Amino acid sequence: MTEAAIEFHRVKKHYGGKVVVDDLSFDVRAGECFGLLGPNGAGKTTTLRMLLGIAAPDAGSIRLCGEPIPARARHARTRVGVVPQFDNLDPDFTVRENLLVFGRYFGLSTGATRALVPSLLEFARLEHKADARVSELSGGMKRRLTLARALVNDPDVLVMDEPTTGLDPQARHLIWERLRSLLSRGKTILLTTHFMEEAERLCDRLCVIEEGRKIAEGAPKELIAAEIGCDVIEAYGADPFALRDELAPLAVRTEISGETLFCYVNDPQAVLARLKQRDDLRYLHRPANLEDVFLRLTGRDMQE
Amino acid sequence: MDARSYDPPDRPMKPAHERFAALPANAANWCAVWRRNYLVWRKLALASMFGNLADPMIYLFGLGFGLGLMVGRVDGVSYIAFLAAGTVASSVMMSASFESMYSGFSRMHVQRTWEAIMHTPLTLGDIVLGEIVWSASKSVLSGVAILLVAGALGYAQFPSTLVVLPVIALAGLAFASLAMIVTALAPSYDFFMFYQTLALTPMLLLSGVFFPVSQLPAAARFATELLPLTHAVDLIRPAMLGRPIDDAALHVAVLVFYSIVPFLISAVLLRRRMMR
Repeated sequence: MTEAAIEFHRVKKHYGGKVVVDDLSFDVRAGECFGLLGPNGAGKTTTLRMLLGIAAPDAGSIRLCGEPIPARARHARTRVGVVPQFDNLDPDFTVRENLLVFGRYFGLSTGATRALVPSLLEFARLEHKADARVSELSGGMKRRLTLARALVNDPDVLVMDEPTTGLDPQARHLIWERLRSLLSRGKTILLTTHFMEEAERLCDRLCVIEEGRKIAEGAPKELIAAEIGCDVIEAYGADPFALRDELAPLAVRTEISGETLFCYVNDPQAVLARLKQRDDLRYLHRPANLEDVFLRLTGRDMQE
Repeated sequence: MDARSYDPPDRPMKPAHERFAALPANAANWCAVWRRNYLVWRKLALASMFGNLADPMIYLFGLGFGLGLMVGRVDGVSYIAFLAAGTVASSVMMSASFESMYSGFSRMHVQRTWEAIMHTPLTLGDIVLGEIVWSASKSVLSGVAILLVAGALGYAQFPSTLVVLPVIALAGLAFASLAMIVTALAPSYDFFMFYQTLALTPMLLLSGVFFPVSQLPAAARFATELLPLTHAVDLIRPAMLGRPIDDAALHVAVLVFYSIVPFLISAVLLRRRMMR
């Protein structure tokens, strides 16, 4: 399975005088989960809008399911399911009616969609909510219903804009588990996120974007190994600059973000021994993650 | 975050798919949008119909009987018989306009229903057409209900009144299309008040709904010839009174013009709004 489900080639988009997507290229292979990672305002949503043919790129070429975009966007969209960032379920309908009405947009007869509803509700763990109004659902249930709605046309590709933003941890874990099961069924997933944990857990490969530009691309583990390659100790609770002066000789590299000092260390014990003597500090020793990669590449926090 | 400047490449003409993205993809897709609105309406049909009918009925009976006592006969018929046709036409205008504006705006902007549909194989043009036909459908319902009441009271002559049905549908399309332009430009619900005050109310008062256009000064009479409601009234009134319709082709042509051109304008405006 190496055929590309999505191809972005040197795509540019600007609004007014501001460049939102700048020379962005990436491919998503069929069957993989690909993440677009970046802080809010990085151009993630604009990228997805262009992919779906809802916004036209100023330059570059896009293919989705083999179809050129935006020229044949509506044909490509027959094979795509979308989970938008903001809830756009139909508040006037019940859970079941939302699915039935959406099937119509894909040319499915009500009978055909009706036959699909039980399996869609089961997938979304909403069997007991079939006749509930959308306003009665929790945030996690709404997101799962949106996911079920995106599957009504049995799409090859799922496009998800921040699928777990605003959800509590439990609801988030359930979504992640559902997405895993879709991947095991061979679906291709493109998702945007600013949650490192989400990207590390789900994505086979990802691309980090900042101000519309790609600043890194690869498998999460490879990126972490290549950019960081050692453990991290975070310490906070005192002046981070004074602390850095003290600990820098023991670390490969240090970084300050807000009130927190990040020490990148090959020998964590030496730093930890120092920190144990300080009772004004709180600290955490952990393996490196994508947040560190982003901080390294941009000098900033990912979550604003 | 600093904005880097960027010169867009020269594009003297947009590629065809961009210009057509705002047009219906085919002749059938819009039905799914119409059907969605119908299914929602069905849940609240009674309340909705009552709201649609109460206002024009109050005008018809209040003005028809009340004012009718003072004005006597107009155009050779009782005032209420004269007013009945105007009430049918104006209720079609109001019902189509309000559905395109307030309800359309809710679905486009507040509920993001259009956004969800744009993620399916439907195009923005399919959505706009479905919405306009839906607004027209609701206005047909209002117009027909008043027609039935007027007919039961003997103010509609059969069978000539049957001509009114397609006229109502066409007028509904025209007013729905016009209002869709307003929706495309609206930043919020407050914006619709301008269209009501500056377009709908003057049309209601100047198009021969309450009194014959011949009462107006010559200059104003010419201006009313440009208003779609005037032409709707000029078709509906003679049909309901069982008289021959003068210049029927002209009136129909004007309503066809107001159905098609505003639809295209609103589609272009909505593409700029939704697909940038």
